[in-house]
Amino acid sequence: MTDSRARILGRIRTALAGTERTTPAPAEPIARDYRDSHTDTGLVELLAHNLADYRARVHHATETDLPDLIARLLGSRGAHTLVVPPGLPDGWLPTAAGLRAVRGTDLSAAELDAMSSVLTGCAVAVAETGTIVLDGGPGQGRRMLTLVPDHHICVVRTPDQVVASVPQALRRLDPRRPQTWISGPSATSDIELDRVEGVHGPRALDVVLLVPPGGA
Amino acid sequence: MSAVPLGMPSFPDAAREATRNPTLRRNLRHATHTIRDRRAAAVAELDDWAELRAAGAAIKDRTLRHLDTYLEQAEAAVVAAGGHVHWAADAAEANRIVTDLVRATGETEVVKVKSMATQEIGLNEALAEAGITAYETDLAELIVQLGDDRPSHILVPAIHRNRTEIRDIFRDAMGEWGIPAPDGMSDDPRELAEAARLHLREKFLRAKVGVSGANFLVAETGTLVVVESEGNGRMCLTLPETLISVVGIEKVVPTWRDLEVFLQLLPRSSTAERMNPYTSTWTGVTDGDGPRAFHLVLLDNGRTSILADEVGRQTLRCIRCSACLNVCPVYERAGGHAYGSVYPGPIGAILTPQLRGTGSAVDASLPYASTLCGACYDVCPVAIDIPEVLVHLREKVTAQRGHVIERSALRAAAWAMRDPKRYTALQRAAAAGTRALHPRRLPLPGWGKAWTDTRDLPAVPKESFRTWWQRRDTSGGTK
Repeated sequence: MTDSRARILGRIRTALAGTERTTPAPAEPIARDYRDSHTDTGLVELLAHNLADYRARVHHATETDLPDLIARLLGSRGAHTLVVPPGLPDGWLPTAAGLRAVRGTDLSAAELDAMSSVLTGCAVAVAETGTIVLDGGPGQGRRMLTLVPDHHICVVRTPDQVVASVPQALRRLDPRRPQTWISGPSATSDIELDRVEGVHGPRALDVVLLVPPGGA
Repeated sequence: MSAVPLGMPSFPDAAREATRNPTLRRNLRHATHTIRDRRAAAVAELDDWAELRAAGAAIKDRTLRHLDTYLEQAEAAVVAAGGHVHWAADAAEANRIVTDLVRATGETEVVKVKSMATQEIGLNEALAEAGITAYETDLAELIVQLGDDRPSHILVPAIHRNRTEIRDIFRDAMGEWGIPAPDGMSDDPRELAEAARLHLREKFLRAKVGVSGANFLVAETGTLVVVESEGNGRMCLTLPETLISVVGIEKVVPTWRDLEVFLQLLPRSSTAERMNPYTSTWTGVTDGDGPRAFHLVLLDNGRTSILADEVGRQTLRCIRCSACLNVCPVYERAGGHAYGSVYPGPIGAILTPQLRGTGSAVDASLPYASTLCGACYDVCPVAIDIPEVLVHLREKVTAQRGHVIERSALRAAAWAMRDPKRYTALQRAAAAGTRALHPRRLPLPGWGKAWTDTRDLPAVPKESFRTWWQRRDTSGGTK
């Protein structure tokens, strides 16, 4: 192993022997003439549009309406069990009879497979691409939670958690945390290069855009 | 790179076969034309595409110029985050490392995320020899694996199959590998995707070892990035206890910020989406989330020899988006199998001969598998000048090998010309013996016929220039 390390690094140095190199490497400038974002206004509307374009179902609610909306979303699928991650505000949870909310901390993948739905928040949402990003922070949980159940409800606080672009999203995120960037439900283009929704990840994705009290 | 497929014919021979298959041509035409227009629309949404493309190329070029520095930085960051790093000089070493790692877990099966690097090294075959079953979990890879087939596209390895063929493969083969296809399954893509979901779910839930590649490896943080659509990647990256990622050394990018360029360039070029459904990033291991052991295998396998070629080096910018395949008129007609490698299309025509050398018939013919129309360069998100590299490789093929007949003819000519007496004698013999026998036409078979049918060969003079000159001198003719 050590030998191959030295061998590969040696081959690289030999290969680059004739190439002019400024050291240290970061001192070589990169022309970043591209935009930091392509849109500055109407970000929440753009996010809603792009989410829907990739077949996520988009809803708007205030924190007060949220439990009822979630109850309706679960009811429309006949869902009986809801997984919630640690740190999710209790006030989001519906109180409907017959629904069981389970803290997902210790569930195995097989146990999660028996759950109907999962409810989480997110770290940031990207308007231009219709993407929500989860980074395992409070109210988001382990990556497995939003993967195994077939239905994911994700709440985005607007306008605070919405950024315009990919560059802006990356600046808000900590690379040391494991992340999942989600743009619509699971899909494939593998049959005749045509997009079909629904393979291994959740086949239904509901995104709730949480409107601050008094409207955005 | 793993060996050339046994008995693989040269590109023209393989392509001739492929172009005679009307189903294949129809499937490829349908798929490549569908994606072409959608890619153009996705790219047109960004008015700074040219600047993103220039930045993508510049970042990759700088990384390559300092590849040793960035790899050492990446290694240190992965180790600091609790991962293990292994270095593999070639395919055999990479396969040995992965096999040993899987054996150490005591498991005999692994789930796999689609990965070009592991296909390049023939990992599944190597694992099978060690008694370990590798389950491909990407839908198209599953189609290829169940159909005992070869991949023919970088992004969509089963692009050569239409929905009806896929239905038949699932119906016939799923039962042998695990949960069979549902009774009465139609060829509706939705039902086919559902069958794959059911078939693979039990494998995901019981898997203890996952094997992946990576789209990017961030040097400053040690973060790996996998871009996918179906969620099979997320399954393999998060459910198993052990994760092994085989990553080509050219996949490194210097900083987390650099992803802002590639996460815009890749999805739009590849699946023509603003963003692919799922992107996973992870740095080493995280308590209580995902695998408890993470191994990164850094793979050379010919990449450093590409790095040594200043014209060919740009090939290593490639982010495996496959846009060049989808616009290529040659790929559209010949299909991916004719390229004799896991890397088909224009990028394969330059990557394979550089990774594998030009010793076999197919590899020596690959730089010619192009009309040099330049469509591949236009769509390449990191501006690889594929035609430039093709021409460069053609020069190399000609210089290193020459055409066998041409080379032996030149060698004979050199022997004859080194000695004037020998030359004269041979020329006279040739004139006397054969001049009268030269045909006026050269009847070539096949498509050469179209040329020779309408053209006469130039008439051969009755005597050579030298004979004529000498005769003229001795007869004391006018000057």
